[in-house]
Amino acid sequence: MRAWKRHGRGERARYVAVLDPAEASVLRGLVGQVDDMLSGRADEVPQDELAELTGIRTGPSTAPDDPVLSRLLPDFHRPDAEGGAGADGAALSAAMRSVHEPELIAAKRDAVATVLGSCPGGGGRVELTVPQAEAWLSAVNDVRLALGTALEVTEDMPDQLPPDDPRTDHLPVYHWLTWLQDSLLTVLLP
Amino acid sequence: MRRATGSSSAALRLPALSAPVEPAPTVEELPDELVGADTPWQTIVWNDPVNLMSYVTYVFQKIFGYDKQKATALMMDVHQKGRATVSSGSREKVEGDVAKLHAAGLWATMQRSS
Repeated sequence: MRAWKRHGRGERARYVAVLDPAEASVLRGLVGQVDDMLSGRADEVPQDELAELTGIRTGPSTAPDDPVLSRLLPDFHRPDAEGGAGADGAALSAAMRSVHEPELIAAKRDAVATVLGSCPGGGGRVELTVPQAEAWLSAVNDVRLALGTALEVTEDMPDQLPPDDPRTDHLPVYHWLTWLQDSLLTVLLP
Repeated sequence: MRRATGSSSAALRLPALSAPVEPAPTVEELPDELVGADTPWQTIVWNDPVNLMSYVTYVFQKIFGYDKQKATALMMDVHQKGRATVSSGSREKVEGDVAKLHAAGLWATMQRSS
């Protein structure tokens, strides 16, 4: 694909790019994997009768063991950090997660649905409204967070790794998503 | 944070992401000193190796309505010092700010002002 282009201004602005079939397939596959992880997390929380009655879902109070999910659904407090509140802070994190995790998962899954609904499966022209472009930024960023965590990306990591590094094959995807996101930001915030 | 240095190169493959999930225990009662409304709270954003400098600046503008100059200065604080206080106020306000930052994919936490 080439860089995103903006047509029009303000609320009527549209953000346009053309994805080739392989790019569309990779993007849809990866946002789908993130979606699967998030729905798996949501589904494993048993909902009690009160939740069914009120429609208010309660999330788990502990962070996911999986490092990727843990990065997508971070704690609300760092008890260990400067200014942290120790054991009380851990209780704060638990309470905040229980309240906010369901809505956080829902927001991330909405963004995925927007990408899947606006990116043709076989590739081709993508034309986004402002809210759709914002959803793409969030969803693509979540894939980058997931990949970055799985590939143990660091700030000073070189753009290319040695051929024998097991991450070498996957890094181009990460860099492509970085480029896609940065290109969209460039036209969204001129 | 990183600058965007990627290219649109091909050779794309699907890496596998795993997803084990633990069920949750019940939520504990919060101690009084963490729920008092009189002391202000702070929203902290921490540096991470994935989020782009351009994206972090965009998120600060979008969520807090900061102008580009202020958003960029806060982003540089996160990048160079490892953390920055990006908003403050009541526990409810800061809680909402952290939730919005998490939805955007930033690594944010809340704590009492020291």
